Amino acid sequence: MNTVSPYVLLSAILFSMGVIGFLTRRNAIMIFMSVELMLNSANLAFVAFAHQWGQLDGQMFVFFVMAVAAAEVAVGLALIVTVFRSKKSANVDDLHQLKG
Amino acid sequence: MTSELIVFIVLAIISVLAAVGLLSSRNAVYAALFLILNFATVAVLYLMLNAPFLAIIQISVYAGAIMVLFLFVIMLLGAERLNQAAPQPGLRWQRPLAIGLGALLLIQAAYVFITRFNSTTVAPNLIQAGPMEIGLKLFGPYLLPFEVTSILLLVAIIGAVVLTREK
Repeated sequence: MNTVSPYVLLSAILFSMGVIGFLTRRNAIMIFMSVELMLNSANLAFVAFAHQWGQLDGQMFVFFVMAVAAAEVAVGLALIVTVFRSKKSANVDDLHQLKG
Repeated sequence: MTSELIVFIVLAIISVLAAVGLLSSRNAVYAALFLILNFATVAVLYLMLNAPFLAIIQISVYAGAIMVLFLFVIMLLGAERLNQAAPQPGLRWQRPLAIGLGALLLIQAAYVFITRFNSTTVAPNLIQAGPMEIGLKLFGPYLLPFEVTSILLLVAIIGAVVLTREK
């Protein structure tokens, strides 16, 4: 293949599925996994464009996205654990008040 | 039909099916395993896109560390069963609307990508993306983002410890 558009198209498909999962699932852990799916598809687009232009910078961005994703997962899962302790549920519909 | 295209189509089908499994599974552990399968296929796609170091990082950091964290939390909380709670009465329209908007986003993105990028061919000079080239970039032009990332990870560690601390 001498074009990267199939990769970018696959990235768009995976991103849209992540969006659908983010909007339809009610469980906080499933919402987080959908976010991971979206971040991963964006990474795929970055690597595809890096390949297309013959530049390394797209791959560097993937590194930083991975580091940010790791930090986001650590803090997000800590939040889910805390919420689960107080509400006994990971359902986001139960979290309709800011009081802890 | 080149062999690269055949491999790409097989991997694309596997990754899309894994994403469908992630969205439709009723058990959080199965969903996490489907996500790991998706990450693994994307890692092979990275190999095909001339990014071998990123492919290894994808397997070890994403499919390894991050998903282990996910599985650990799922099993710690005992939240495997995703009993699909009935949506609140005012929110029944939400699911079809979300699926419709997701499909609309996909159509728009696909239209833009196909019309804008289809004619652009890959640059002839293939990049070398081994650990040495990545390291030279990371500690050269990208030194400041690298340091900011280290501070971000430190903040995330402290935040996770503070948030899960027993009162």
